[in-house]
Amino acid sequence: MAEGTHVHGEQVGAVHAPIRTYLIVWGWLFVLSALAYFVDIAHVGGWLKAVLLTVLALMKAGLIVAFFMHLRFERLALVYAILAPLILLVALAVGVVPDGLAVLMRR
Amino acid sequence: MATETTAHPVEQAVSWGGGVSPFGVSWQKLMMWIFVLSDAFIFGSFLVSYATTRTSIGTWVDTGKVFALHIAGAEIPLLLIAIMTFILVSSSGTMALAVANAYERKKRETIRYLMLTMFLGLTFVGCQVYEWTHLIVDYGVRPWWNPFGPPQFGAYFFTLTGFHGLHVLSGVVYLGVIARQVARGVYDRRGSYANVEIAGLYWHFVDLVWVFIFTMFYLF
Repeated sequence: MAEGTHVHGEQVGAVHAPIRTYLIVWGWLFVLSALAYFVDIAHVGGWLKAVLLTVLALMKAGLIVAFFMHLRFERLALVYAILAPLILLVALAVGVVPDGLAVLMRR
Repeated sequence: MATETTAHPVEQAVSWGGGVSPFGVSWQKLMMWIFVLSDAFIFGSFLVSYATTRTSIGTWVDTGKVFALHIAGAEIPLLLIAIMTFILVSSSGTMALAVANAYERKKRETIRYLMLTMFLGLTFVGCQVYEWTHLIVDYGVRPWWNPFGPPQFGAYFFTLTGFHGLHVLSGVVYLGVIARQVARGVYDRRGSYANVEIAGLYWHFVDLVWVFIFTMFYLF
């Protein structure tokens, strides 16, 4: 890139969410956090707790990444470049499941 | 479709064929995303390691009791952590407002929300200092021993919350630098408040990590 042509970020025509959207997302983050807390103190057991907590955590993560981190408003190429590598983390988690299951079965 | 002739045209409708700017963002923002992604792998590995260890031990520590607060004689489980979560989510909201005001180049509002975010971040770290002191001094928790259950609890507690707390503390310093530059008019002269948005990426990521630590380490 030629000297002097570099930009500092604010792109022409970039889409931003209005402040109202941020406030709504913020409200939802409180609600979802509170729900997760009540799932714990209400002593919801076993698999149901695991499913509920996972769903709530992923919903919160989605809201943060999509709106607060603006990924929803970025070009699809960037969205894929960021989200696709995370498959490796899922693979890591899945990779250790057999070990965990083996231990659980033995008990 | 209108064709833009600026150095970095962003055509939201076009997803591929980016020319000189394939991702449609500045290199600074792209660098922050790459950092965030690599950091996600660090925390992800920590959490998978923690989950594996905990599963293979079979028993764990009742975190609801360990992190309970006693108010008027009643024991409220995990209250301290619930308060810390509330503080960090609040700080993410104020950070979002700082970025939203930075887009509109409102200097005073941007500084105000950045300062508020820093204050909430410091409050969070303060809670953590209280938590660590309580566990280390009152209960004698060490990375290799604790009175509650499996010894690995201490190691994972200090690693996960310590690493995260360090991120929050670094974030406060980072936001301080950015706020100072906003105050000095650096971004007005440059004609761009983009650095505020990039700092926001980091701050929201720290909140994002807490979502998973909160869920996997404390609630589960």
